[in-house]
Amino acid sequence: MRTRRFIAPSSLVWLLLGGLYFFIPLLATLLFSLDSNQTGKCCTLHSYGWVLHNGDFWHSLKISLFLALETIAISLAIFVPTVYWVHLKVPKLRPLLAFLALIPFVVPPIVMVVGLLNVYKGAPSWFYDQPWGFLAAAYVILAFPYMFFSLDAGFRSIDVHTLTEASQSLGSSWPRTLFTVILPNIRSAALAGSFLALAIVMGEFTIANLAQFHTFPIFLQYVNETQAYPAAAVTLMSFCITWFAMLSLLFVGRKRGARGAVIAGVR
Amino acid sequence: MPYLELQNLHRSFGSHKALDGIEISLGEGEFLSLLGPSGCGKTTALRLVAGFDRPDEGRIVVDGKDVTRVAPNKRDMGMVFQAYSLFPNMTARQNVAFGLRIRGRKRTDRDTRVVELLDLVGLSHAVDRYPHQLSGGMQQRVALARALAIEPRVLLLDEPLSALDAKVRVQLREEIRRIQLDLGITTLYVTHDQEEALSVSDHVAVMYGGRIEQMGSPAEMYSAPATPFVAEFIGTMNRLEGTVVDGGVEHAGQTLAIEAARDRPRGSRVLVLVRPETVEVGPANGSGAPNTLVGDVVTQTFLGPVTRLKIVGTGVDVIADVPTQKALGLPVGTRVAAALPAEGVRLLDLKGDLPEIAEEPVPAGR
Repeated sequence: MRTRRFIAPSSLVWLLLGGLYFFIPLLATLLFSLDSNQTGKCCTLHSYGWVLHNGDFWHSLKISLFLALETIAISLAIFVPTVYWVHLKVPKLRPLLAFLALIPFVVPPIVMVVGLLNVYKGAPSWFYDQPWGFLAAAYVILAFPYMFFSLDAGFRSIDVHTLTEASQSLGSSWPRTLFTVILPNIRSAALAGSFLALAIVMGEFTIANLAQFHTFPIFLQYVNETQAYPAAAVTLMSFCITWFAMLSLLFVGRKRGARGAVIAGVR
Repeated sequence: MPYLELQNLHRSFGSHKALDGIEISLGEGEFLSLLGPSGCGKTTALRLVAGFDRPDEGRIVVDGKDVTRVAPNKRDMGMVFQAYSLFPNMTARQNVAFGLRIRGRKRTDRDTRVVELLDLVGLSHAVDRYPHQLSGGMQQRVALARALAIEPRVLLLDEPLSALDAKVRVQLREEIRRIQLDLGITTLYVTHDQEEALSVSDHVAVMYGGRIEQMGSPAEMYSAPATPFVAEFIGTMNRLEGTVVDGGVEHAGQTLAIEAARDRPRGSRVLVLVRPETVEVGPANGSGAPNTLVGDVVTQTFLGPVTRLKIVGTGVDVIADVPTQKALGLPVGTRVAAALPAEGVRLLDLKGDLPEIAEEPVPAGR
């Protein structure tokens, strides 16, 4: 039964203040983006038109979105089996993995990019000169902590041992167990990790800039420096893209499967 | 010819010997309970049979075939776990159908079989519910149906009732036995609950320290425990230490006339085992009747039809189960005489100290 909740007036005030803190800058950006380039007065959609008709916008957006998908795919392919195996067979390694996952937080991007450029020097040009190669590799490292901690939480919320053994005793192979039993039950965790990875890739500037790839954040920065009003428009649009991604996460994550850990009636 | 054989199984974890050479032989369609306190090796034995773990030594033979090195997914063992084993992303129907899908059964066959099995466990009304929509007891029924769906060669149950409420536990254990008898499936059941083991099994094996202390029918285990540990573990038992003398056993300064003491060498130390329900209790009248121990009632524990009395006197510490009606006349503080039966009392040789029985922890909700 759902208990009725009362919201105290004081919390309403804080909620309102918090809301204003987030929405005033957005509103200001929106109003600014609607101002005319020539007169500086409201209201025209000219800036949005400029962005939408800009080839670089679409090109960089495409690169970043593809990069995000690639990063997510590689991260899931590497980390889901790894975290699964660690939870199942070598739980002693979990602290080590958690420590490794903290490294991308600690090492500044500038250090990382210099290091990576050196490490990969001499790599084939299809890898070194392409965002799909070099940048994706760097972003998988950046996404590692987010993926790891999300997946780790997901695996902790289910009884990995029992589910695996139940599946095996029914005749299931390892891959089948992973795909039909484990993966559906950590779906929310995998999705959370994926969207965090998406958010990182869509916003990462330092590595892309230093390695000279034209990703979406680079375009954003370029517009910001050259075009005042369209910069506001493109900022809002990137915000909407991220927002849309969050909404889809909420939508997909709410479906069944997210309740894996909640089992009624068992003490 | 035995259907399931565990031959000389050894398994150690570091320096801890979880299994120290166990031998089990079970006929087709028989129900064996492995009973013992936590850490006795019963679950390790079951996991070896299921294939989740490998023995350091020994063989597991099913229907004449050595399966010791066979992977768990190739063994055809139906396993029911303690809890949390249903796939949370699948409905009851999908859970039960899982093993059949892996075996490539046709959809129509699968559906018929699933309905049949869910009906068998009394859940035909809940086929489309998810595990989180089922009670603990219902979840274990689905788990049972799922294990049975693949027509396993052996059904393995790893404390399947330990996470359930007392009432559901009794109900479900009777159902497990009914279904097992119906299907004639060879079953290995692990439990720490002696009442559970005694009530449903053809055979019970009591384990302690990685070894089988005694294996036999439930009645044998109850009436003729072979070791002090079994005596202590199965049912409640008075254990009276004594020395064999002419005409019986000396305990608490009295000579108890006990048949079984006759063929023992005089002076040997023995343990007299007396079930509380065989002790006759009456008010002490000072006559010093044979085989009676005198003491005061110090506690009364109401158990329904009988009441358990703890009687303590000089060197005397006995528990006796008396009809509740009679116990009303023997309140705490009453001086009573507890008469031990001369026959049907077992004696065990006392060597060294008695093993302490570890308390089985109640599984915590995870």
